[in-house]
Amino acid sequence: MGAIAWRMLTGDRAKYLGLVFGVAFAVMLMTQQASIFVGLMLRTAAQVIDVTDADLWVMDPRIIYVEETEPLPESALWRVRSVPGVDWATPFFKALSVARAPDGRLQQVFVLGVDDATLAGAPPRMLEGSVEDLRRPGAVVIDRVGALFIWPENGTEEKGAPRPSDIGRTLEMADRRATIVGTAEASAPFTTFPVVYTRYSEALRFAPPPRKPLSYILVRAKPGEDHAALAARIEAETGLKALTWRGFAWETIRYYLQRTGIPINFGITVVLGFVIGAAVVGQTFTIFVLENLRQFGALKAMGVANGTILRMVLLQGAAIGVLGFAIGIGMAAAFFEITSRTNVDLRGFFLVWQVAAGAAVAVALIILGSALLAIRRALVLDPAVVFRS
Amino acid sequence: MSVIVQARGVVKEFAAGDERLRVLHGIDLDVRAGELMLVVGPSGCGKTTLISILAGILSATEGAVRVGGRDLAGLSSGALAAFRRETVGFIFQQYNLLPSLTAAENAAVPLVARGERLSHAEKRARAMLERLGMGPHASKQPRQLSGGQMQRVAIARALVHDPAFIVCDEPTAALDAASGRTAMELLSDAARSPGRAVVVVTHDPRIYGFADRLAMMEDGRVTDVLDDPDSIRKLVH
Repeated sequence: MGAIAWRMLTGDRAKYLGLVFGVAFAVMLMTQQASIFVGLMLRTAAQVIDVTDADLWVMDPRIIYVEETEPLPESALWRVRSVPGVDWATPFFKALSVARAPDGRLQQVFVLGVDDATLAGAPPRMLEGSVEDLRRPGAVVIDRVGALFIWPENGTEEKGAPRPSDIGRTLEMADRRATIVGTAEASAPFTTFPVVYTRYSEALRFAPPPRKPLSYILVRAKPGEDHAALAARIEAETGLKALTWRGFAWETIRYYLQRTGIPINFGITVVLGFVIGAAVVGQTFTIFVLENLRQFGALKAMGVANGTILRMVLLQGAAIGVLGFAIGIGMAAAFFEITSRTNVDLRGFFLVWQVAAGAAVAVALIILGSALLAIRRALVLDPAVVFRS
Repeated sequence: MSVIVQARGVVKEFAAGDERLRVLHGIDLDVRAGELMLVVGPSGCGKTTLISILAGILSATEGAVRVGGRDLAGLSSGALAAFRRETVGFIFQQYNLLPSLTAAENAAVPLVARGERLSHAEKRARAMLERLGMGPHASKQPRQLSGGQMQRVAIARALVHDPAFIVCDEPTAALDAASGRTAMELLSDAARSPGRAVVVVTHDPRIYGFADRLAMMEDGRVTDVLDDPDSIRKLVH
């Protein structure tokens, strides 16, 4: 009877398309908004996520998210290095500065200072130049989109013509001349400011120097060392706060979740997507089943068992759910694909598979709920109804 | 002539608030193989309830019903559904064709319900529609058919799985005289098949002449069964 159920569903094309696109738009709304929310939250921890060569971040115990730096004394670095299980520990500087382009244009930038000797904390994805070039005096590496913000007239590859090299351009930060020796792909920061990587010693010159310059200590654990245990040991022996990079990223994300209205705003949209989707699909599907009640009655009179009727309605629901989900996910994926190609401000936003899985569960709930609401009437239907005119 | 349907002392009661409403009062009725029986009577006399019980859609409160030698008493709803699938063909006043299916697909439904693949069932349904003069319309949807044509599709659906017992509820009520006559001729032919009986509930005196026997009902009782063509003809006039 599956073929009959399918024909019953697709026979009324307007209602069928209404159902499928009701699910599709609900999926699109839920996944698009939830993915932007996830992308936004990942942006808050972008600078933690981009440091791939350290296992642990060590900081002042009062720090609760990455933007809130409380400088450490230089002695902290030596104390951390002395903790058993630490392979290496390097300083990491993070500050805001104002960059001035030769034409006088101003742009606030993040200055990240990586270890002079090892360059630990340097950008992992170089697009132009080499990380080693950072060793040159006054050398900086700028993130690709940051360069675009400062020199937008050079265009972007997204818009067609290849962008000419930014290597050799100069910036002035804290009255010091910085020369760009490379560009890197960096995760978009929450504030969208350009990210400038340089050596630790140079960074202290490019940003207003604090009384104590050490923002963070990056730690690599010895091979086989348990990261959580090492973090606990560092905390116990130095009195500082030590987190795995993942833990620090989550602390930062949690800060934004708890202290800003972002999750509520996006949450409302996602819930609205679910509610509107559930209402549209639930109502239309229930009406669809109710309009077919007489036909179901005729089928029951002809000996089609309740179990078969149930399977027919569930099959119709599943077909709507699968098609609607596929179209909705496709629309959301297309949105992110197109916007990431055409608008650099929206980079870092992508369709997260966990969000897609969540949307699939939401659609399954909507369809199952609607089907069960609708099927109840068909199952209790007296087949003798077909003898009534 | 063997008996296809046998009802003995059939009583049916429905709940009406706190009370029980008795709509059939001990019906005794036999329908023989090769016979077309009409059941007539005023509205509310219990005709529809009676055919619903004979077809295994409703269960009798008291009494026994045997169809094709099978006792329907005590059968579970699943067993009754299986009985209807195998043994009964239905023709409804409102046709009850599935609007999104073609005529052939509609006629194939009883075969699909018995587990046949739609494509195979559709072939057999097309052959049946051909026999009923509906071959050229087999690929049309119900909305493209006239009332008479839809009723012929419904007849094809009732016959396609070769049931022993065909139940018709007011099959000519929505048809003009010519279409009604055609439908009754087809049903009369169907009744002639060996081992099959047809029961038609009707208000339409124009079709009384097709009856081999005519059961008259009133207030939940069968008051008379006419088997003499002259008596039936007199009833028409």
